[in-house]
Amino acid sequence: MKRTIAALLVFALLTAFEPAVQAAQTGREASAAPSGVTINVYNWGEYIANGEDGSMDVNAEFTRRTGIGVNYTTFEDNESMYSKIVSGGASYDVIFPSDYMISRMIAERLVQKLDFRNVPNAGYIDKAYRNLQYDPKNEYSVPYAWGVVGIFYNKKYVKEPVNSWSILWNEKYAGKILMFDNPRDAFGIAQKLLGYSFNSTDPREWDSAAALLEEQKPLVQAYVMDQIFDKMSSGEAWLAPYYAGDAATLVDENPDIGFAVPTKEGTNFFVDAMCVPSSAKHKKEAEAYINFLCDPEVAAANMDYVGYSTPESAAKKLLPKETQENPLYYPPKAIVDKSEVYVNLPQDISLRIDSLWAQVKMGGAGQSGTLVAVLAGFLLVYIGIVVCKKIKRRRELR
Amino acid sequence: MKALSRLYAFLVFLFLYAPIAVLVVFSFNDSATKSRSVWSGFSLRWYQRLFGDRMLLDALSNTLLIAVAAAVAATVLGTAAAIGINGMNRWAKRFVMNVTNFPMVNPDIVTGVSLMLLFVFASRFLGNSLGMASLILAHITFCLPYVILSVMPKLRQMDPNLYEAAQDLGCNPFSAFFRVVLPEVLPGVVTGLIMAFTLSIDDFVISYFTSGTTQTLPIFIYSMTRKRVSPEINALSTLLFGAILALLLVINVRLSRDKKPGKAETGGIGI
Repeated sequence: MKRTIAALLVFALLTAFEPAVQAAQTGREASAAPSGVTINVYNWGEYIANGEDGSMDVNAEFTRRTGIGVNYTTFEDNESMYSKIVSGGASYDVIFPSDYMISRMIAERLVQKLDFRNVPNAGYIDKAYRNLQYDPKNEYSVPYAWGVVGIFYNKKYVKEPVNSWSILWNEKYAGKILMFDNPRDAFGIAQKLLGYSFNSTDPREWDSAAALLEEQKPLVQAYVMDQIFDKMSSGEAWLAPYYAGDAATLVDENPDIGFAVPTKEGTNFFVDAMCVPSSAKHKKEAEAYINFLCDPEVAAANMDYVGYSTPESAAKKLLPKETQENPLYYPPKAIVDKSEVYVNLPQDISLRIDSLWAQVKMGGAGQSGTLVAVLAGFLLVYIGIVVCKKIKRRRELR
Repeated sequence: MKALSRLYAFLVFLFLYAPIAVLVVFSFNDSATKSRSVWSGFSLRWYQRLFGDRMLLDALSNTLLIAVAAAVAATVLGTAAAIGINGMNRWAKRFVMNVTNFPMVNPDIVTGVSLMLLFVFASRFLGNSLGMASLILAHITFCLPYVILSVMPKLRQMDPNLYEAAQDLGCNPFSAFFRVVLPEVLPGVVTGLIMAFTLSIDDFVISYFTSGTTQTLPIFIYSMTRKRVSPEINALSTLLFGAILALLLVINVRLSRDKKPGKAETGGIGI
């Protein structure tokens, strides 16, 4: 009797919660979407105009014009976005992967072909950003923003011209150099310096790039991503490679900071594009959203806020004059021509990169051996303590 | 010697609280460019911005909704479980306590991934994708052992004859529970509730895997790290820090009040 009551209570509790939760969810969605459809959008963090500083609140505007609600969430890098899509835990309608991730997702059939009749505004995209290596026939993706990688430097301390990646290997600046904390970008710099392609499939080239990075390691203050803003503006570091789109904030903050794209070896040219995952539930609405973001007015508002570069000439014309003429945002054609896009690499190469990168960051091989030894030691001590306690307790019980 | 130990204690507190102090100070920074390292005067601009940022407020309200729902559910289930466990014989009790304690020592990432796999598997049959519901279920799961752990000692302290006495005096089992047992263990229940609430707000790893298309505050903040974390987050963290500090103070005051002899038995009901 007691048990049936308990079981009933648990059941009642569970059922009482479920509708409440659903009501809370649908309540929020309903307020956003009169048409009843809400699309799930997954973008980079801080990568869309949100109404701050008098910018356009893009998502709200989309809902206002189309009646489609937007559940907008954000990710911090391509890999975590990828794992979320692969795990099947979430069904997104629009995602914003970068170039190499797009080619990987196409190869693994995680994204689907777009119906470009529903995306007429894709016609505004300039020729230069269509049919790029990662999506050669331009069937799966519509570019959102692009940029190049360059070097930030503190003009007070770095007097020589910054035109080659080799400055990051200059011992004069030992301890004042920052490096990317992700393998693709870090290796890319070493590869360009050695004259290789970013997308090399020759393992020996990756090995020698890793050797070059290990050589640089004693000079590097830290491997960081967003911390470069603080470290550069406070003068703690003098040289740091980063994405050009973020240049403006840094330069505004500290007029001593300059930005240069190494013209000698060339650089990375990256594109973040919009795709629709194969698991999307609202493809039509997703295409409407992509179409909306391609509207030159919206694209201009977005790029004005985000600081990256738009692939649409029509949108570029709507930006402030200083931005249009600023080589930080729109580098001269010579630089763009000399730069290269990342493409997805074969499995064995990407595994090799991961282990090489771990080696570079941990400082030499043999580290994993010591790590295992230390862990085993901890485990032994722990087991010892547990066993001792058990024996003691057993004695006490007797 | 005394000076040395004072210095040591001071250093410990310095290292513990300096980062938080910096965070609080820079939440008042009057910088137009989101700087987190260059001080340029006092302003409340980021607090103002904070309350105008729809995405951030959405994430915050998700987090709070989940925390409240999970804390309440975990407290109800946990209290019931604790009473059941308390009535078991010694071996069964020890076994069940070990089983319930296991999730606490289990690394978050293992809990997170396994819950995600379970939810993905279940969603195939239920046709519901991951989101708010799965987040709440996951949070109930990891809060439960803490509630049980804070209610158990109170039950052990209680005189088991009280329940029977109540029944002798005319209570049926239900009213005996609500009139006698519950008031007796209430301090433990409230502590468990507060603990579950703070743990749920704090959680990143488990939410990260079970969130589906819902975004909680920690995940939202983490996704800013490629660009830069806005000082709005400093402002919000300052507010959250204050709130959690207040909660912790409440817990500690309660704990110390319970320890006072005599008072715990009679006066432990009020907060």
